Amino acid sequence: MVSRIGFLGVVARVFLWAFLLCLAAVVVYPLLWMVLNGFKTNGEIFGSPFSLPSHWSFDSYRKAWNRGVSDYLTTSVLVTVTSTVATVFVSAWAAYGLTRVNIPFSRLTTGVILGGLMLAPSVALVPLVKMFQAMGLYNSFWALLILYTAFRVPFTTFLIRAYMLDLPREVDEAAEMDGCGRWTAFWRIILPMCKPIITSTVLLHILFAWNEYLFAMVFTSGAGVQTLPVGLMSLMSKHGTEFPVVFAGMAIAAFPVVLLFFAGQRHIVKGLADGVGK
Amino acid sequence: MRTIGERALGLAWVVPALVLVGVFVYFPLAENLGFSTLKWDIYSGSQEYVGFANYAKLVEDPVFWRSLGNNVLYAVVSIAFQVFGALVLAALIEGVRSERWQRVLRAIYFIPSAISLTVAGLLFYFVYEPDLGLLNHLLQAAGLGRLGHSWLGEESTAMPAIIAMSQWQGFGYSTLLFAVAIQRIPREIYQAAALDGTGPVRRFRHVTLPLVREMTGVMSMVTISGAFQVFNEVMVMTGGGPDNSTQVLGTWLYRSGFVRNDFGYAAAIATVIFVITLGIAVAQLWVARRRRVTW
Repeated sequence: MVSRIGFLGVVARVFLWAFLLCLAAVVVYPLLWMVLNGFKTNGEIFGSPFSLPSHWSFDSYRKAWNRGVSDYLTTSVLVTVTSTVATVFVSAWAAYGLTRVNIPFSRLTTGVILGGLMLAPSVALVPLVKMFQAMGLYNSFWALLILYTAFRVPFTTFLIRAYMLDLPREVDEAAEMDGCGRWTAFWRIILPMCKPIITSTVLLHILFAWNEYLFAMVFTSGAGVQTLPVGLMSLMSKHGTEFPVVFAGMAIAAFPVVLLFFAGQRHIVKGLADGVGK
Repeated sequence: MRTIGERALGLAWVVPALVLVGVFVYFPLAENLGFSTLKWDIYSGSQEYVGFANYAKLVEDPVFWRSLGNNVLYAVVSIAFQVFGALVLAALIEGVRSERWQRVLRAIYFIPSAISLTVAGLLFYFVYEPDLGLLNHLLQAAGLGRLGHSWLGEESTAMPAIIAMSQWQGFGYSTLLFAVAIQRIPREIYQAAALDGTGPVRRFRHVTLPLVREMTGVMSMVTISGAFQVFNEVMVMTGGGPDNSTQVLGTWLYRSGFVRNDFGYAAAIATVIFVITLGIAVAQLWVARRRRVTW
């Protein structure tokens, strides 16, 4: 009897592993195909889809880089960095005000800021275009910086607020006794204590800003202000028949965020779990 | 203690967030409602009040209904794969003995969620491409070449193909979140169930499933809400074609406004998206509150 269960257990384990590994292959293989196609020639992509490239040359990667991908990457980095800094600071201030400062209408204010979580960006699209045209910010870096910040402040505030609520009251009292003003207490004491959640929100915002498409597509058109997701579509429409170059461009766009994910996995998972689970 | 003035000064902390959200999130939303009652040509600048005409047009528009239907299909399939499929998968991964391998598997499954939907969509545009695409090549290699399709070029296969890509892209994300929820369940409960001779399937049904119910609820709402906001992958892979067969509310909004220059109509579609997503969010709040009271 025991050996029978043992045998069944082994069979179950083999099936489990076979299934999990097949699924992993389904995930990884298309990505590998993408990276490898960046090394192949057009003929090889059509003729021998499953084989390795006949010789490894970075030509297509270099071409993709020179045909706009370097510009798109620069814009993406710029938009991502600035909107991350803006979003995290504005949200941390708001979270501090909502949790540790006795402000009037605090329930209403909390509701208004966090209520933004419920609103889909596409709903505001038409009025925003009109607004940004009127402000002369249409087709500019500023449009993306402002929109990425405004639409992510609710989520980021939500995460940081939940964390600050759990910090003990005594911290503020101690700061006050030491003669710290609010401003100093925030920068010197509360913000450093929130480092774990700040890390999570920074990483989550980077993933968002690097990958966002709707606003980037609608609000930018020139090569100088396009981020990677939109830029890739331009690359595709301009060099659509030079497949290796397009694949190389995609791989270049994907690489930084995959790397970031593996480096900051723990924080990303924690942020996501807190954001959804509460 | 503190004067009213001092308390009001505290508002300075929240003003930047309030202004940003108020001006760029709430105000456009309200404005959108107004726009949806206009016939509006953005290039000539002509605006004319037409009342509910845009909504009447919506009801008559077959593409609108088709888009809505595609969103619903998206929601149903995503619930099956990204909520229930992911939950089962997360539980299966827990069955792997080595925690290290558990982490590795979950990380691999998550990779598509880290890369952008644009890259994933473009990648699958090529996977589905009839001549160079991976899918047709694989079918040929398996001797099933006659099952090949121009996947995104045919009305019958285009929408399923896009939805399939979306499952590929998103299942690792929800698997990761379910894994976190499962790991928060006290180990003793599983040990007790195992000692009672409860098999893995019954442990899943009677221990895991009830104890991750809150996460399942939230994930369902997030998934449905996401399904009604789909835009990126459709735009990248088909742009709504062939013959509007893959149009969803988001892309039909975009096309109506920015391509066909009918911004009042686009605003009306936006209102529909607003009502649906707000309804889901309110339902989620209501469910969460009710649950908190009963516990």
